[in-house]
Amino acid sequence: MSDMDMEDDGSGIVKKFMFLNRKAPHGTVYALEGLEVVLITAAFDQDVSLVFTDDGVYQLMKGIDTKGIEVKDFSKTYRALDGYDIEKLYVDQTSLDARGLTEDDLIVDVSVLSDDEMKNLMDEQDVVISF
Amino acid sequence: MLHIVNKSATERSSLDSCLRLATKGSAVLLIEDAVYAATKGSSAAAKIQAAAAGLKIYALGPDLAARGMAGRVLDGVNVVDYGGFVELVAEHRNCQSWL
Repeated sequence: MSDMDMEDDGSGIVKKFMFLNRKAPHGTVYALEGLEVVLITAAFDQDVSLVFTDDGVYQLMKGIDTKGIEVKDFSKTYRALDGYDIEKLYVDQTSLDARGLTEDDLIVDVSVLSDDEMKNLMDEQDVVISF
Repeated sequence: MLHIVNKSATERSSLDSCLRLATKGSAVLLIEDAVYAATKGSSAAAKIQAAAAGLKIYALGPDLAARGMAGRVLDGVNVVDYGGFVELVAEHRNCQSWL
């Protein structure tokens, strides 16, 4: 392979990707589809941050039981993310507070950010993809 | 009338509109993402509790369970299953789904 080809295929470039989840888990397909895209992106060795804000924090609730509505319970998948080297999970305190939730209500370990911390995290990304 | 709301109160205005326009004595059934409004500590909780003085408020149990919210339901909200949903539709003269 020539040097030209090496440059053209873009391998080795790592960008900062943020996946911004703002929807509750089952009322729309956004949460599940977003999770699928995150898992795909993990295969490309990018610097991935996963953010849950607004109704998105509901995706991480413990104790989800979807038998009654006959849809897939994908909440367990969030616990598998560190197996895909996706370890940067964030929620914001404002969204938790507005929903009467605390970190203890969530199925995975997350970093809880203030609004200032969240806005800086967003600002430093190369790519933000919203679900 | 039976009012049916299915969208999250922190994402859409349908619950607010429903509570504003429902006549006294009407029933309001919260389904899908609307059930979050009927949970303790949610920003809509105060609205639901105030509304419960003049309206009958119901929430669909399977939708609460699917969202990890079965143990957080506000006092004064009646949890129904799918059979209860059918009964509510049958016992009201008309119903309105707030999309």
